This record gives sequence, C-alpha cells and structure tokens, in this order.
Amino acid sequence: MSGTREIRAEGAQSSPSAGQSTDAAEERELTPFLRELKTYEGRPAAEAGVGKDPVNEPMIRHWCEAMGDANPAYEGPDAVAPPTMLQAWTMGGLSGHGGAGRSAAYDALFGLLDGAGFTSVVATDCEQEYLRPLRPGDAITFDAVIESVSAQKTTKLGTGHFVTTRMDVQANGEPAGTHRFRILKYAPAQRRPRGKQPQRTRPRPVINRDNAGFWAGVEQRRLLVQRCTDCATLRFPWLPGCNGCGSEHWDTVEASGEGTVYSYVVMHHPPFPAFDPPYAVGLVELAEGVRMISNVVGTPTDEVRIGMPVRVEFQQVDEELVLPVFRAVPGSIA
Amino acid sequence: MTHLRAGEALPPLEIPVTRTLIVAGALASRDYQDVHHDAELAKEKGSPDIFMNILTTNGLVGRYVTDCFGPEAVLRKVKIRLGAPNYPGDTMVLTGTVAEVEGGTARVDVVGANGLGKHVTGTVTVALAEEAGA
Repeated sequence: MSGTREIRAEGAQSSPSAGQSTDAAEERELTPFLRELKTYEGRPAAEAGVGKDPVNEPMIRHWCEAMGDANPAYEGPDAVAPPTMLQAWTMGGLSGHGGAGRSAAYDALFGLLDGAGFTSVVATDCEQEYLRPLRPGDAITFDAVIESVSAQKTTKLGTGHFVTTRMDVQANGEPAGTHRFRILKYAPAQRRPRGKQPQRTRPRPVINRDNAGFWAGVEQRRLLVQRCTDCATLRFPWLPGCNGCGSEHWDTVEASGEGTVYSYVVMHHPPFPAFDPPYAVGLVELAEGVRMISNVVGTPTDEVRIGMPVRVEFQQVDEELVLPVFRAVPGSIA
Repeated sequence: MTHLRAGEALPPLEIPVTRTLIVAGALASRDYQDVHHDAELAKEKGSPDIFMNILTTNGLVGRYVTDCFGPEAVLRKVKIRLGAPNYPGDTMVLTGTVAEVEGGTARVDVVGANGLGKHVTGTVTVALAEEAGA
C-alpha cells in the first residue's frame, strides 16, 4: 500500500471513543451508497508493496529511543526488531510509495467517501500478529485487502464509515506478520465556538387544551389542581379524564403550595442551554396529596433531602415565563 | 514466570506525553501526517494540538508488556483500540491485567488512561520466557 499515509492515517480531532459507535440496524437496509461501498470489500488495498528499507539497525534504534524501550533483545549482533514496528516497515514516509503497491480500488473507495463528504480520517484500531521475528537485512513486501466497509456510523468525531484493511507482511518472501487496521472516514461534527453561544432562553412549556388552565393559574401565581366533580379525586398533571372514575367533568382547587420532597435527582450532566448544573429536580408531594415535578431551589443540591418541607414559589424566569418552583421552608433543613 | 496467574495486575507505567515523544514517535514510525508534528495545521483540522499517532501507542503498549515480562518474552499479538487522544502535556498511565495463562503464553489486557479518559484499550498475547527462549 503506497499511500500508507491514507491507509493508516490519523485525521484531526481524534476524541474519546472514535472506535465505539452506535451500532444501529443499518446493516439490514443497504442504501445504494452503502451497497456501492460494499462492492469494495474483498478487493485489494495494496498489491505487491515493497518496504522502502530493509529491516535495519538505525531505524530500530530510533524507534527504541522514541519509545523509551531498552529491551536488550532489540540491540546487539542478534538483534530483532520490536515486533510492534511491523507497520513502520511498510510506511511510505515523506515521499510516499509513488504509486507502487497502492491499489486503484483503494483510491476509488476513498474517492467515493471523500465525495460524500467523509473527508477526515482517523485510525481507531490496530491488530497485529507476529509470525516470525524481523531481523536486520530482512526485505519487506506486503499485500493488503479491504476487509470491510461499515454502514454509516455516528461517533463523537462525526458521522462516517469504518474501513478495515488487512495486510500480510512478508520478510524475504516468508510470512512475517499480519496487520489489521481500521480507520474512520468521517465528516467532522460541527464544533461549537466556545463562549460565543447566545444566551439560550429556557424552553417554553407546551400549553394545550388539556393543561391551559394550569398555566393560566401559574400566570396569576396560583397553583391549580384538577378535581373530578363526580368522585372528587384530585389529579395532577392535568388530564382530560379522571383516573379514578373516568369522568370528564372537573373543576379546580387551588393548592396551598405546601409540600414535601417525595423524591429528587440532582442534574450534573449533560448541561443543557439555559440550565446551570448542578440543580435539583424534585418530585414534590403537595399537601393535597398529588405530586408534581419542579426544581428545588435555594438549597445546596447536596442538602436536598427526601421528606424536606417545601413551599411553592413563582419564579419570573424571563419577561414572558413564570414557573412554579419549590423552596425549602426556612428552618427545615437538618 | 510459571507462577503467573490470571487476574494478576502488572505494575503501572507512567508515560509523560511530551511534544517530543509525539514527534519522535511519529518520525520513528515514518508517519509524517501533519497532525502529529505541526500544531498549526492540527488546529486548522479542528484538533486542539498535535496528538500521538497509533503506531507510537502500539509501540508503547508493546514496550509496557515486554518491560513487565523481561527481554526473553516475545510479543505474539498486539490488538489495540484508541479512544481519548494523547495531547502534549498529558500523562498516560499504562496498566495491565493478566487475563489468561496457557502453556507458555499469557494474554494481557492493557489500558492506557490519560487526563481525558482511556487513550487505548488492548489485548497483548506474549510468549513467556521458557517458551520463547532462544
């Protein structure tokens, strides 16, 4: 493979878990594009490639210096090359392989992916098996095949296709090792410029026919709970029918606003725009018996407790939005 | 090494990820991709800085295992997967656990963690001294 630069290349912006992608059911339905990509499976990636230099002591020494590897097996008259150098002997270096060895199929596959916008490349996996030690003087030749092209995957780096190649490396014509290599050809995910995000506003509640009465109450700083006029069961959140008897008839009662924390979570991650973690989200049981979810404010998040008495408070979030939140009743924190 | 047992932890190896190591490793592996030596071009491609190439990681994982088992040990297979990049100024700590010992061969699970997370996870199969000898 001449063009080792492309085959093994690492692209920019490697980031955690490039190699671990969400593996959906894409394999089941091949798009025409994927079908075309798959035609490259089994075709050569490199044919009759020749290592630019035979295995040699200076390159071994430079490698060991860089890696800080003082293994005596890699020096002296009986020196062998560090097995992990396997791929290094096949690299084209600065001048490349000049077209020798590199297959047209591999070029065409990369052209297809580039054309579809998957222009970046990052190495994700390397799997080597060493069949015999390499010694100074060994002449290196290699062949490689395109083993697989994955369905489209979305990773932290962006969306793209994994391309796996398998190379057989020979020394003086004898099998010396195999080298499986996986890269991700991807379109980089858009990076958000840091600190330049406009201040996002809090999401608006979805107000519909069923819950409009509740939000109308909130606007007037009143916490309204539905009551079935047939069986008197209170219900929250607002719904068109009674859970107890199925009746559609209801009126409202204004809750006192007193309640206790029935349960809660503290949000740390991920941070959503307009929210400032950590913050506590409580399931508050109102004195009237129904439960509602809202923020528990004014208490350090690690001091929020189940059973903590709270009282509703109407928070003017911005010019248009008022939200009911809960604050600990003074003196209640243990 | 006959006393070696599955589950045994290998002593950790701390690798300071210097700019010099990244560049020296890239050149020793004949990898001239700009993202491994040119910070300006790496930034243009969306990376905060240059980062270690996979061949260097592979070499360091191999070194870690032979450092642990001694010069008579011979690497048979090295299989790695990359995660969080190794950027200059970070430190990678390699740790290993013996997963299996069979005959004279051990399979070792290796993890290299840096400040961002796991840079590398891998499995190394190594022939131990008696088997590999001479």
